Amino acid sequence: MNSLLQLENVTIRFGGLTAVSAVDLQIGPSELVGLIGPNSAGKTTLFNLITGVYQPTDGNISFAGAPTAKLKAHQLARLGIARTFQNIRLFASLSVFDNVRAATQLHRARGIRDALLRGKSFRRGEEQNAAHVMELLEIFHLGKFRDEPAKSLSYGDQRRLEIVRALATKPKLLLLDEPAAGMNSTEKIELTRLIRFIKEKFQISILLVEHDMPLVMEICERIAVLDYGIKIAEGKPGEVRKNPKVIAAYLGEETVT
Amino acid sequence: MNSGAKRFLLAAILVAAVLSYFSASFNRYYLGVLIDIGINIILAVSLNLINGHTGQFSLGHAGFMAVGAYTAAKISIVFSALVPPQFTPVIFTLALLVGGLLAAIAGLAVGVPTLRLRGDYLAIVTLGFGEIIRVVLQNMESVGAASGLKNIPHETNLFWAWMFAAVTVFVITAIVNSTYGRGFIAVHDDEIAASSVGINPVRYKVTAFVFGAFFAGIAGGLYAHHKQFLSPTGFDFIKSIDIVMMVILGGMGRTAGVIIAAILLTLLPEFLRGFAEYRMILYSLLIIVLMIVRPQGLFSFGKRAAAK
Ligand SMILES: Nc1ncnc2c1ncn2[C@@H]1O[C@H](COP(=O)(O)OP(=O)(O)OP(=O)(O)O)[C@@H](O)[C@H]1O
Ligand SMILES: [Mg+2]
Repeated sequence: MNSLLQLENVTIRFGGLTAVSAVDLQIGPSELVGLIGPNSAGKTTLFNLITGVYQPTDGNISFAGAPTAKLKAHQLARLGIARTFQNIRLFASLSVFDNVRAATQLHRARGIRDALLRGKSFRRGEEQNAAHVMELLEIFHLGKFRDEPAKSLSYGDQRRLEIVRALATKPKLLLLDEPAAGMNSTEKIELTRLIRFIKEKFQISILLVEHDMPLVMEICERIAVLDYGIKIAEGKPGEVRKNPKVIAAYLGEETVT
Repeated sequence: MNSGAKRFLLAAILVAAVLSYFSASFNRYYLGVLIDIGINIILAVSLNLINGHTGQFSLGHAGFMAVGAYTAAKISIVFSALVPPQFTPVIFTLALLVGGLLAAIAGLAVGVPTLRLRGDYLAIVTLGFGEIIRVVLQNMESVGAASGLKNIPHETNLFWAWMFAAVTVFVITAIVNSTYGRGFIAVHDDEIAASSVGINPVRYKVTAFVFGAFFAGIAGGLYAHHKQFLSPTGFDFIKSIDIVMMVILGGMGRTAGVIIAAILLTLLPEFLRGFAEYRMILYSLLIIVLMIVRPQGLFSFGKRAAAK
């Protein structure tokens, strides 16, 4: 498989705690992979390693064939890795529209000079960009909130806005950290559809961290399981569900049907 | 996002030119206050880029202003003696720009090493920078040291002050309201989230410092050619606090509010001339009351989010 993201032996220690321990993981183009495991298993930490928030203590990460060591978070975003956060991190003083617009600046090259000269091409560029932002918002039914402060949205809408913001960077790989957290069952069904739709429409790979097992089992093509920072299993949803180690560490007996 | 911003700029410059044309008939005292207002708008709006939009806390604005003021003044003094009088406006313009550029370089020099610092640490370092500038000037014989720099040509009039105020407002709002400029506010709100969408927080913070310092330098140059006399004590940290007050009072990141605050805080000391020593007490009280009653700033109406 020619992989988009490749993790080899990735390890990070915080003092005495090994939060992620010798993890190998590959994600191919247009693949939808789940990452599950109990609380504190190291899932969010793994996201932080992939997105350059943390540097691994040991091991290698490469994206689109090139090692990502030493790249900063904003550089990785430019290479095509986008994410959402477990604790929603929207730009609180910006509107819904501007939250997404801010995420398009990486594609608007000569920022300051053009903004000052305000020539025709700059203005046309800004207009096209605004139209593109609105189009994205409309796809996710957030267009009507255009000028609302991002923080005034409902919890579920905030989570979706964070996904739209991530997509506005035109990523190749999207990392979703518990997108269903705090959603009711209708919103969860809608989210399931949405994730599938994103993968089809934008043709991107998705790595999904989620505690909602029905959702994960339904949409993921492959699932990796972390426990105490160690990858204890990986495989198709059906296989992972029956794996005794996974049942013991995370799923428990009752979820196996 | 439209040419409205350019129209605003031209209109403002036109108003400045017309007023300036009739300014001979103005009372000299009021004229001086009007020029002070223009200069303070430049200072407040440029500091607002650093402290308001980008969310840093700089207390060094008087330092950048001093760099611009002394540089421009010295250039004017030296060169206007060498060229025929009809060239002095050219020298003046160049002097202002060089002063602004030197202040921008100072902004870069302060910004780059201090960006990892946050909040109160950054405030202390920038405060220290301002004080260093002042002490250096106090000991520099070539600019008059403690007794000050005298005989600076009188070049700043209403037109220059308001024209540069209009340019400052235009430049900073044009930048901040562009797609690129939303990055300043994103950095202000959440650096980790900003990085996750490809915004480089360090780059934005340095840019804010450099632009902010540039305009502070211009304001300094205008001030020098307005008062015709510079003393290092005029650029102490009280001056920085004055500018910070305008930004806080106006509402961090709200340009219109900051402009109103700059106007009011220029007028207030004029009304309170007899009580000059109590100004700091008044400011402290004002800040305390403000934090309790209107933490978003006195003149911040509507939501910043709505800015186009
Ligand atoms: N910066 C840090 N410093 C010290 N310890 C950390 C740091 N970040 C994470 N950890 C620790 O690493 C472990 C893994 O945490 P992580 O947030 O990755 O778990 P998680 O799998 O996302 O859990 P949850 O399902 O609760 O979100 C935890 O014990 C956490 O306390
Ligand atoms: Mg987590």
